[in-house]
Amino acid sequence: MISSLADQASTAHVYPYGAPHTAEMIADLSRRAYEYRAQVLRMVYGRKSGHIGGAFSIAEILACLYFHQLRIDPTNPTWSDRDRLVFSKGHACAMLYTCLAHRGFFPVSELPTFRALNSRLQGHPEPRKTPGVEVAAGPLGHGVAIASGMALAARMDGSSRRVYAILGDGELNSGVIWEGMMTAAKFALDNLVVIVDYNGVQQTGTTSHVMPTEPIADKWAAFNWHVIELHGHSVAEILDALDLADEIHGRPVVIIARTTKGKGVSYMENQPAWHGGIPDEKQFQIALAELEERTNEWKA
Amino acid sequence: MRKAYGEALVQLGAEREDVVVLSADVQSSDFSYMFEAAYPKRFFNVGIAEPALVDVAVGLANSGKIPIANSFAFLFATRAVEMVRTHLCYGGANVKLAGAYAGLSDSFDGPTHQTVSDLAILRSLPRMTIVVPADPLAVKKLLPKVVAWDGPVYFRLCRNEVPEIFTGAYAPVIGKGITLMEGDDVTVIACGIMVARAIEAARQLAQQGVHLRVVEMHTIKPLDTGLIVRCARETGAIVTAEEHSIVGGLGGAVAECLSQCAPVPLERVGVNDTFTESGPYNELLEKYGMSVETIVAAAQRALKRKQESPSHAASEVV
Repeated sequence: MISSLADQASTAHVYPYGAPHTAEMIADLSRRAYEYRAQVLRMVYGRKSGHIGGAFSIAEILACLYFHQLRIDPTNPTWSDRDRLVFSKGHACAMLYTCLAHRGFFPVSELPTFRALNSRLQGHPEPRKTPGVEVAAGPLGHGVAIASGMALAARMDGSSRRVYAILGDGELNSGVIWEGMMTAAKFALDNLVVIVDYNGVQQTGTTSHVMPTEPIADKWAAFNWHVIELHGHSVAEILDALDLADEIHGRPVVIIARTTKGKGVSYMENQPAWHGGIPDEKQFQIALAELEERTNEWKA
Repeated sequence: MRKAYGEALVQLGAEREDVVVLSADVQSSDFSYMFEAAYPKRFFNVGIAEPALVDVAVGLANSGKIPIANSFAFLFATRAVEMVRTHLCYGGANVKLAGAYAGLSDSFDGPTHQTVSDLAILRSLPRMTIVVPADPLAVKKLLPKVVAWDGPVYFRLCRNEVPEIFTGAYAPVIGKGITLMEGDDVTVIACGIMVARAIEAARQLAQQGVHLRVVEMHTIKPLDTGLIVRCARETGAIVTAEEHSIVGGLGGAVAECLSQCAPVPLERVGVNDTFTESGPYNELLEKYGMSVETIVAAAQRALKRKQESPSHAASEVV
């Protein structure tokens, strides 16, 4: 059984922006991505409410951002020159809250209050309540346009701060995404990086069945974005892509991260039912055991 | 009113570095092009994409700017209302919405472009503030206050030339109504272009010995309920006048206040829950119930109801 994360130190180790991608760092972030999945599992199981599948598919992406890439200060969440992360796929916020807590924005011991009455951790992100949350999310499709506004402001200020947005692939069904894509390209926002968690599954089925979006890389390229495709559970690939994105000039960057919904738990992977499914006790124990096994693999 | 708005934007641009202006490609219509000409680096045209217009403004607000987003009024209240609700009202993004061509003022373009439900829709959203200027000077006096206000504001603008009613002494405060004419028989509470018509109605009725109190309610939300209740108690009857549906706007807001705090006869002047049509602006206002004569008739009905009510009779005896 994995020990309770609430018992551990409230802040996890941070590899500063620009630090070399050592094998130790890659293994550590990969391991933590599984620990954080276990935390999310406990939160959702504990409240009998939440979204596991899409939280599991972004574990490595968020670990790389929050514990390496983002220049943020948990002691000063509204520092004006912080990097911005727009968490557009709001339903997956159990993973966002887990990363924010371990980054030191609020106590890890608060995570079990997720979705409870009087909690700061709302069912979908609320910037007025939760330190580290930039904007509200839940209704899908807002991320690209909001992040574009942040990137415009950074440019106006002559600031080197950067803007990241995390999108789901089902979210690409929404028209305002494409309005935002045109806007960011029009203004050549090369301080903006959008990451699409392309896990191929949305609420009622596969994205290819519900609303086909392929060839997705071609679509972003046709909208004049610089496109990077990668394996979204490879910490090494994610870290390298985030560095590469810093070097792209004159165009916004999109990272199409090929991921697995429900990643890490065999019976959840690629199953639409685990978009919002809640495990029973037996399922919970199986999932915890599998995540512990994956965690231990990265300890070796 | 458009020219006053464009001039007010330029003035703000000179006074405040943090003000940025966005448009969904209507800057030639609403005269925000004047700001674009003066401050091109602080002006962003996002194309005919009102949801993105609001969302881009949300991002700018998150990063310390005070964005003024410009589009046709009905589009903020309909196409982009989810963005307004989620990010301005729930999320608290400090974005100002300038709704152009409100009411029937886009008269020839017809009901698809006319806007008679925006106050009702936006008023229902928690944390929203709604301001309706009544003449060109009011635009210039209120816009800086809208920008200085902490939180989202919907600023409702008329397309056309409107009568000038205020002098330099006009000093509006958001959330506070202004009594423009004193009177004891009936209070007319008006906003926007209907303020001038309410004043004219009061002048006509004065010749018949009926004295209207005229209140300009430039802030629809938060509503100055204290003033409304005082007017109800002192005059015993209320008429509302707005260039909007009688459902849910100024009239609806006043009805909610009166029914709870000071039940007196209320007559609502506005569009009578219908779609309108294309035509000359003033003729449309006449046909759809927003003429001076309509206000006069409403005031007479309200006065009659007051005089026939048992409580009024009782108070006369006392």
